[in-house]
Amino acid sequence: MKKLFNSKFLSLYITIFLFFVLFSIGSVLYTGFFSLQTFLNLFIDNAFLIISASGMTMVLLIGGIDISVGSVIALTCMLSAYLLELKGFNPVLVMVLMILMGAGFGLIQGCLIHFFKIQPFIVTLAGLFFARGMTAVISTDTINIKNKLYTDISNYRIYLYDKSFISIGVVIALIVISITIYIAHYTRFGRSVYAIGGNEQSARLMGLPVGRTKVLVYTYSGVCYAIAGIVFSFYMLSGYTLHQQGGEMDAIASAVIGGTSLTGGVGYVFGTLFGVLIQGVIQTLIMFQGTLSSWWTRIAVALLLCMFIMIQRLLTIRKDTGRKAKFNTGKKAKQLKVKA
Amino acid sequence: MQNLVTVIKNLTKKRLFWPIIALLAVLIFDSIFIDGFLTIELKNGNLYGRIIDIINRSSSLIIITIGMTLVIATGGIDISVGSVVAISGAITVQLLGSGIAPNTPFFLCIIASLAAAALLGCWNGFLVSRIGVQAVVATLILNVAGRGIAQLVTNGQIPTTQYKPFSYLAGFLPHLPIPFSIFIVAVVLTAIVLFVKKTAFGLFVESVGVNSKASRFAGLKAQRIVFATYAICGLCAGIAGLMISSMIKAADSNNAGLLIEMDAILAVAIGGNPMSGGKFSIAASVIGALIIQSLTTTLYAMGVSPEVLPVVKAVVVVIICLFQSEGTHKMILKVLSTHRRLKYEKTV
Repeated sequence: MKKLFNSKFLSLYITIFLFFVLFSIGSVLYTGFFSLQTFLNLFIDNAFLIISASGMTMVLLIGGIDISVGSVIALTCMLSAYLLELKGFNPVLVMVLMILMGAGFGLIQGCLIHFFKIQPFIVTLAGLFFARGMTAVISTDTINIKNKLYTDISNYRIYLYDKSFISIGVVIALIVISITIYIAHYTRFGRSVYAIGGNEQSARLMGLPVGRTKVLVYTYSGVCYAIAGIVFSFYMLSGYTLHQQGGEMDAIASAVIGGTSLTGGVGYVFGTLFGVLIQGVIQTLIMFQGTLSSWWTRIAVALLLCMFIMIQRLLTIRKDTGRKAKFNTGKKAKQLKVKA
Repeated sequence: MQNLVTVIKNLTKKRLFWPIIALLAVLIFDSIFIDGFLTIELKNGNLYGRIIDIINRSSSLIIITIGMTLVIATGGIDISVGSVVAISGAITVQLLGSGIAPNTPFFLCIIASLAAAALLGCWNGFLVSRIGVQAVVATLILNVAGRGIAQLVTNGQIPTTQYKPFSYLAGFLPHLPIPFSIFIVAVVLTAIVLFVKKTAFGLFVESVGVNSKASRFAGLKAQRIVFATYAICGLCAGIAGLMISSMIKAADSNNAGLLIEMDAILAVAIGGNPMSGGKFSIAASVIGALIIQSLTTTLYAMGVSPEVLPVVKAVVVVIICLFQSEGTHKMILKVLSTHRRLKYEKTV
């Protein structure tokens, strides 16, 4: 019970609370908002984001950053559309190739970051432009995906209750986030990730494989982005240069709103799911409102991100001063003892 | 002879040497392979030519690069400059209105948009220095939301203006053969170089970039210095935004200054400034910006499609960073030392 009220969870609780508040506001204001399908649509519309954000959470946990997400998703969509429609590849082969590409992309970024000691933001910024540029090199026009398997998956509905349904993308998303939760919280690898995120130096001194873990985390997140790209191409059924422009902020915001610290070592992958859902609710609210431009979603998410960063900052300041106070009183007691 | 060797040795050690050589190499390549690259002609009392074009087009990039150099010197980065460009352009054009006569006095429009840009820079600075957010995330917020703000300012339209003096900013003043943008660059450059070199500010920035904690212990207000660099960077982006929107006499919220952050970062890197912060040279960054613009013009003149450019630039940034990075130096040293050892063992 005490464990549940730990201040580490506070930001996650705020998130869950805020999610229910926003959902209730929507239900009160708009007719038709309060339904199982609206809730499930949050998952359907953001399945890809759940996947990419779980990869992002791992990167943030290890104390890194990756802003190439949106571009990698766009590149995946475009490349699969190109291979399927213009080259006539087998769809299953395309999916495997995309996952390999994502892994390769992440692996190269991870190696540049770890072995060559280039700052992660520069490497992944270059990755962002590289992937976005490659997308435009393949085609500046939209390529529609008409492949049978892709459209079938896209249109397939899994009925849960009465007429409410979810898509295959949602199933994939839930599987990926479950795997990520398992890796992060129940494996030795996950524990090294937290240790390195908390303090890389001490993790190294403890004998943890810092290099291998770091490179693997970036590779894993690359795979996540590729899967997110595949799910996004099920959802959009097209490849386009401007897909997911600014998607990197959505993924980072989901992780941070879900309680993952930007400084590394603190956070829960499960919280990321709520981070995504909150963004989904905001999007749905703005859609139901009808007159606001879709840009408000981005602005609202940005504000929310700022708010949560500040909450985290306040929490850490309180913790630090608490520690300092304890330390000082300890010191004083010692001094008194010496005097006595 | 001995003298000449030492002179050359000293020259190559100078910071500006390699950037200048690179710029000259690009320009020489251009003058050989592109017809009429060096010709400058007088048309309607204005100077025209590829060189003038490069200088004119690079002016906005140079101004952003100056701000970016300071931010990177403190160990940060600002990827919101593109959005600030869009916002400052949007505010100016929106205030000017579409007519030939301005709705608001011109200087008020300029002051308003520059104030907004500086404010956005301060917001970044606040997040980075006070709240302690990683620079890339703090500026990413504005990078993504900023274009939305610009859209809100323009109501989702692309407003245009017929007001004549506005087009002078990035064009030609009447009776003056040189593009006006050169003067703006000169003013901004002198102001900031004077500020950085004639006060201790430059030294403070370098010391914060090398070791922020140590400089705080030495009595520097590290937070304020970081804050100031972001504010300056925002202001620079605002000025560039005026020039970019003046070039098309309109405010395109979606495309104005798109990807310009990459160019600015690349310019700083090409100038040989370390990406991890510390010592910096504004002159080197300016030359870096000129190199990028001449490369871009070259590639366009050679018929390379504009889509490939970001890919090339991304690869170049990574290669430059690889050359700068300690990891690579160590690796090369390791390879060299094993090579030497093997040689030594063979001789023994």
